[in-house]
Amino acid sequence: MNARILLWPGLAWLVLFFAAPLGIILLISFAHRSPQGIVSWGFNLGNYLRLVDPLYWTGPFGNSLVLAALTTIVCLILGYPVAYSIARRPAPLKNLLLFLVILPFFTNFLVRIYAWFILLRPEGWIAGVLRSVGLDLALLGSPLGVLIGLVYGYLPFMILPLYATLERLDVTLVEAAHDLGATRWQSFWRIILPLSRPGMIAGSVLVFIPVLGEFITPKLLGGGKVPMFGVLIEEKFLGRVPDWPFGAALAVTLMALVSLVLARYFHQVKESRWIG
Amino acid sequence: MDRLKRRVEQFIALALVLDTLLTYIFLYLPIGVLVLYSFSASRYALVWGGFSLDAYRRLLTDPEIAPALVNSILVASSATAIATVLGTALALALERGRVRWHRGIEILSYLPIVIPEIVMAVGLLLFFAQAVRPLLSIGGLSVSPLPTVIVGHVAFSISYVMVVVRARLRDLDKSLEEAAFDLGATSWQVLRRVTLPLLAPAILSGALLAFTLSLDDFYVTYFSTTGGSGFKTLPLYLYALQGRAAIPPQMNAVATLMLFTSLTLIALALLFHHRIRRA
Repeated sequence: MNARILLWPGLAWLVLFFAAPLGIILLISFAHRSPQGIVSWGFNLGNYLRLVDPLYWTGPFGNSLVLAALTTIVCLILGYPVAYSIARRPAPLKNLLLFLVILPFFTNFLVRIYAWFILLRPEGWIAGVLRSVGLDLALLGSPLGVLIGLVYGYLPFMILPLYATLERLDVTLVEAAHDLGATRWQSFWRIILPLSRPGMIAGSVLVFIPVLGEFITPKLLGGGKVPMFGVLIEEKFLGRVPDWPFGAALAVTLMALVSLVLARYFHQVKESRWIG
Repeated sequence: MDRLKRRVEQFIALALVLDTLLTYIFLYLPIGVLVLYSFSASRYALVWGGFSLDAYRRLLTDPEIAPALVNSILVASSATAIATVLGTALALALERGRVRWHRGIEILSYLPIVIPEIVMAVGLLLFFAQAVRPLLSIGGLSVSPLPTVIVGHVAFSISYVMVVVRARLRDLDKSLEEAAFDLGATSWQVLRRVTLPLLAPAILSGALLAFTLSLDDFYVTYFSTTGGSGFKTLPLYLYALQGRAAIPPQMNAVATLMLFTSLTLIALALLFHHRIRRA
């Protein structure tokens, strides 16, 4: 069969409408800002030098990194017991429970964020319950509100890979540990947890990376008070005072951060395969 | 001591069940509240004013909803059709053919899945604004938002279709195709009569995935139409409603309807999948 005929249409599409746009981001990140905020071609490193400004690191970059890390940790803490107890159920119930975890995520992202908007507003139920126990927390328009929305949005990306590793886990190893006198806690800590590490790492990568580039959740639940990487990028392109070349430099930086995380991940996967 | 140990173990087991239960409440509470509020009588989306169908009535008279719905369906169906053909062909070429620069093409075809959506969206915005539009304007042509959005949606959907089809292709029994070759079939005949029919369920799931992703997409649509001022799909319509100072009640209604549409689609997909498996 002539593979070239099958290959080239898809490949051409990807090169033209995916690779070329990425290349253009890189080119424009070295350009100058035109008076309208758009592009005046040229070569300078000014856009990247501006990234060093500590204001960005205490603001959007810092927020993105901290919130991505917190989201990953909370998803891990919430998701692990769920994945573990689903994996231990008999087959029909197991599938149903897993399906129920995924089901809400087939609905539109904006619909789900909006549902949290109703719940988190100051007159909402949750704020009311918190106030009645003496906690007057701002939820909407605060990093806490954004965190709740992010955890909600990305929890299944943690649960699914965790479930996959826990479900395939060799039960005889746990039984052997019990026979040798290990308590359940010991067998969990020394056997199950280390063996489920691949799932934990895969889940963490799947949560951390998209959260870094998030724009909708901080925009809608943060109400402009929680600047993040994605929000800043959007502002530079579609905001009132656009600066496309600087926005392009931001996008390149985000890409570089993501590549770092991915490179680290693949390195880890390779190594664990080497050992296994 | 043994009793204490048993107590601790019972406590852990209970905590596990409780944590799972709470997570399910966390997952479904917002959805329940949303559906409830869509039946509120209030003039504001965020106030409960007793039961009524007002929000749905208002939705019917909203002049923006129909074009958004039409745009969404137009974009999703055209993008799905193109991406399914191209993605399936790409999977076949990578899995069955001998291709030069195999590793590089493979990486390129996976990239749209791992790269943050916003980066891809920004790339398309710059590509159309800085390369396509200037080039077309030389010939006195311009590009409208609809094809722009479809092009972007195809670009990320190809990868997902390719991944799903390729996984199935790898598991497929090669001996069936080899048998057809031995019996004198041409490579085109093998593809049409053996490989593609065997791949049909995977191609269908790939298409369904592409359709869902396209319907759901916000980033690529929003950026490649530079903010969606003149062209809105349903997600962009939702985003615009949420940006208003007082959110109108039809927001709850459209969100609820979208919720039930996705759930129905999923139920249908599962039913279909089940049928195929049984057959």
